[in-house]
Formats: sequence, structure tokens, C-alpha cells
Amino acid sequence: MPDRASLRAPLRIVLAEDAALLREGLLAILERAGHEVIAAVGDADALLAFTDHTRPDVVITDIRMPPTHTDEGLRAAAELRRRHRDLAVLVLSAYVADAYLAELLDTTGGGGIGYLLKDRVGHVRDFLDSLDRVAGGETVVDPQVVRGLLNRHQPDGPLDALSEREREVLALMAEGRTNGSIATALFVSEAAVRKHVGNIFAKLRLDPTTDRRVSAVLAYLREA
Amino acid sequence: MRPPPDIWAALRSSPWRLLASSWPWRALAYLASGALVGLVVAAVLFVLVGVGLLTLVILVGVLVLAGIPLLAALVADMERVRLRLVLPDVRPGQAARPAPIAWSERLRALRRLRISGPEVGYTVLLATVLWLVDAVVLNLIITIPGVLVLAPVLVRVDAPIAIGPWQLSTPTEAWIAVAPGLVLLVFGLYVATLLAAAQASLARLLLEPAQTRLAAAVADLRRSRVDLVDAFETERSRIERDLHDGAQQRLVALTMTLGLAELEVPEGAGLDLVRQAHTQAETALAELRATVRGIHPRVLVDHGLTAAVRELADTAGLPVSVDLRVDGRLPAPVEAAAYFVVAEALTNAVRHAGARSARVEGQVSGDRLEVGVRDDGAGGATVRPGGGLAGLATRLAALDGHLEVTSPPGGPTEVRMTCPTVLP
Repeated sequence: MPDRASLRAPLRIVLAEDAALLREGLLAILERAGHEVIAAVGDADALLAFTDHTRPDVVITDIRMPPTHTDEGLRAAAELRRRHRDLAVLVLSAYVADAYLAELLDTTGGGGIGYLLKDRVGHVRDFLDSLDRVAGGETVVDPQVVRGLLNRHQPDGPLDALSEREREVLALMAEGRTNGSIATALFVSEAAVRKHVGNIFAKLRLDPTTDRRVSAVLAYLREA
Repeated sequence: MRPPPDIWAALRSSPWRLLASSWPWRALAYLASGALVGLVVAAVLFVLVGVGLLTLVILVGVLVLAGIPLLAALVADMERVRLRLVLPDVRPGQAARPAPIAWSERLRALRRLRISGPEVGYTVLLATVLWLVDAVVLNLIITIPGVLVLAPVLVRVDAPIAIGPWQLSTPTEAWIAVAPGLVLLVFGLYVATLLAAAQASLARLLLEPAQTRLAAAVADLRRSRVDLVDAFETERSRIERDLHDGAQQRLVALTMTLGLAELEVPEGAGLDLVRQAHTQAETALAELRATVRGIHPRVLVDHGLTAAVRELADTAGLPVSVDLRVDGRLPAPVEAAAYFVVAEALTNAVRHAGARSARVEGQVSGDRLEVGVRDDGAGGATVRPGGGLAGLATRLAALDGHLEVTSPPGGPTEVRMTCPTVLP
């Protein structure tokens, strides 16, 4: 697996976080990584305005922001994905609440989507890595959220056809891992992972003309 | 200036507030109508008793005297309506008042008519004392101040005026009398208000069935109990917000700083310490987060019971299937109670029962929420006083809900709760 740090290109970012302390922290991390933070704002209205004006590569937004501190950031993210189809959006949440995740995945738009817990930001390398993948158009969901979804079992869904091992592989795919990384995590060969992935695509009857990896993950996240 | 909420508050307020409110005028109307009604009742009662006693020898009198309880019932009905003039219900219609019985029915059921002691007593009191007091007091508080206030006019027409030992013969004397006249007028209104309040209270005491008063008291108690649960909920929400905006954010910021430091510090003992600090900060954050979730889960407020229970299931530490059919939002105390029942049941399943999986089911049927949690653990769970389940049972009881735990040794354990979805 190539070192992602070497591939990292500077991104133009608009950051929305209402807590000044965290905004400064995020700003420091992003600038340390060489990204350009065009604007760091404290509410959803400013986020919408700056994004429309400056056309960044990525928007990073907190879910809870003024005035009601419920899901302003999420609604702004959905609106931005409608307005700018290629915009990548990374949402930061303080909670392992997948209700937010489902809302986010239901939004329209072509750019990458990320849903990370705020705790993840402290793991700076992982966070920057996730940011790059989102900017590259991938869907990245926090491992802890994915683990939670794994805990749940819904009978009679399309995922029911998958074997235990295939479900594990799919869960790791949902975390945005590559086949190599999945192989390491499960202590199997990369060839074995490729076989599992092929089985997953077949069992979920995914259209080969689309990005089946993303489709599989979306199917997994939507059902779980 | 807000008007006094009831007649007793009006009595304690300043003359300006009293005069600006409707209470003295309601009181005057109550006393005037009382004098009139009392006079009529006195006349009818006099005739009934007189004719009844005179004809008692030919037994017809028994029938005539039997009319007295009937009269009392009629008077009581009327008085119950009239006393609303000065003692209106604080919350009309909420205390279940028995529906008044139609008069046609009463006449038909004449033979079975119960003689109500308090009603007869009140009727006799009204006919003998109350109306006389009303009439005399009304007369005094209107005529005496009236004459004094109008003295300057009266003295010109018909001097001198005699009021008790005093005589007003000149216009100057008459003008001097106006001031005490006004004071007496206001004083008279206080007297009238006090008298009306006292009489209406007496009427209510004698005429309102004890059951009605009890029903009203119970309704009040239930409401205040729910209010209390609600107040706790609000307080928990405030604590959650304080923790989220304060300590939690500082800890997140700390992990960010430590994360950055890890990139700056060269490999070695220093970096190991920074990594250790980072792990410790994350542990603290996780513990704080768990505490906050135990106090008042944010996702419950934002997304309701189903989403919050899903999150519980995701973080439970054992596979949990969730089948919760709750559309829309329920009252906050109900959602919170159900949430904490599921949380407690899942915690017990992992911690004490050693369960391998659990199932959460729930739905709203009619106006009740039903939620059940079943695990495949060792069973033997009991509701111990002071334990988590006991606290939840109390919490549910305050909402008129119910908690049931069946847990035979060897399992399975099932915790079921029901709770009304409409709070009083």
C-alpha cells in the first residue's frame, strides 16, 4: 500500500465549528498538514455563504451549531451537496448516532462523504488520511460507528446472504480500507480478501458499471 | 398591573388593585343576588313548613314537608352555579365534576331522592341568616358612604342631614364629609368582597361533594408529579449541555493538541509519554461521554426514541436486534423513561447475565407505549430497592406507567414497560 502522506495534495478547505477551542485545534492540524483553510466559521449560514463564494475542495463541518445546536451542520452539508455536486463534505459528530449518518448518506451529490467522530481528529494521521479519501470522492465512516452497526442484526435484508467473514470484510470496506489493509486486519492473504469482496459483489447483485465497492458499502450502511 | 388571580388575593391587595379588578363588583352581584334568592327561598320555605305543619294531622303535611329536601336540592344546584361568580374554577372542566341530574329525572325518582343534610342545612341557613346579612350589609355599605359622598348635593335640598350623632347643616360641613365618605365606600367594598368570599366558601364546603374535591386534588397531584419528572428532565438536559460545551470540548481539544505533539516530538521516551497522555485523555473523554449519555442522551432529544435505542444497541457490547415501531415523537419524560429502561436492561444483560444477544421490541398501541427487552443470559434478575430497575419503576410510576421484570434462574430475562403516551 503506498504511503498516503506522499500523495497528499494541499486542499482548499472551509471549516465550520462553533466551539472556538476546537476550531483552533482543527485549524492547527489542517495547516500543519499543509492544507489551505480558506475560512473557519462558527455557524451554518457563514458556512453556506463562504462555500458558495470560495468553491473549496472540501467542507468540514460540525453537526451541532448555533442557533438550535441540533443538526444545523448536517442540513448545511446536505444543502451544499445539492448546490455543488462535486464538493466533498466531511461531517464531524460528537456522538455515535447513526441517525445522522443515514441522513447524510441520503443527501444528493457526487463528491465524497465523511462521517467521523470528533475523537478521531486527535489521531492526526488517521484524520488527515480520512480527509484525503473524502476529498478523493470516497465514503468514509468512523470505525466506531461501523462497529456499532455490526452489532445490529436485521433479519431478511440483502446482507443476510453474506457469511460471517464476508460481513467482516464489508464492515472494514465501510471504514474505507483497501484490500491490503483488510488482509492485515483479518490476518489473511490479500487474495483471500479479493475472493471475499468478489463474493460480496455477487451476493449483493451490484451493477458492475458503477463503483461496486462504494455501492456495497452504501448498501451495508443503509441496511445496518 | 395584573389583576389578582382570585378573590382572596384581591382582598389582600391594595385598594387601587382591588378597584381595578372585577372582584368587588362580582362580590356585590353575589351579595345582591344572594339577598334576592334568599328572600324567595325564605318565603317558599315558610309556606312549605307552615302548610306542612298545619296539615300534618291529616297526613297531607308529610307530603308537603317532603318537598323541603326537593327545594334544598333545587337551591343547592342554583347556588353551585352562583358561587362560581366569586369562586370560579381555576381550571374549568379539568376536575371531573359529576354531571348535574336533570330535573325531570329527579321528579321521577322522587321517592328515591336522598335527603342531603348539608344541602338542607345550607338552604335553611340561606333562608334565615345569610340573605338577611347580605341585605343589611349591602344596605349599610351603600347608603352610609353614599349619603356622605353626596352630602354637598343633599344639604342643599334637605338640610340638615343627620348621621348618627352628627349633623351636617352647612355646605362646608357637607364638603368635609365627602372624604370620609370615599374612604368608607372603599372600606365597604372590602367588607362586601370579604363577605362574598366567606359565604361562597361556606357554600362550596357544604354543597360540593367530597368526591369532587378529592378528584380535583388527585388531578392536581398527578399533574404536579409529572411536572416534577419534567423538571428533572430539563435539569438533566442543562447538565448535559454544560458538560458538552465545557469539559468535553476541552478534552477533545486536548487530544487534538496531543495528536499534533505526536507529530512534532522525535521518537523516544518523550514521544512515548505524549502517546500515553493522549491515550489517557481519550479514556477520560470516553468516560465523560458515557456519563453524559447516562444523564441525558443528546440523540434522544434530537432524533427521538428509535434512533437513541439504536445507538444504545450499537454501543451495548453484545449483538442487539431492534424492532421499535414508534413513529414521531413522544413526550420527553416518556422517551427518557423508555430509553433508560432499555439502557439498564442492556447493561444488566452484559454485566450480570452474561448474555450473548438481546432483542429490543416496542410499539405504541393506542395511547400506550410498550417496550420489552429480552436477553439470553443467566436470568435471576430482581428489582432490588435502590437498584437501577427500582429507580426506573419509580420513574415510570410517576408517569402512570409500569415496569415488569421476569427473570427465572437460568434465564431468559425479560424487562417490559408500558407507559401512557399522553401525559395529564
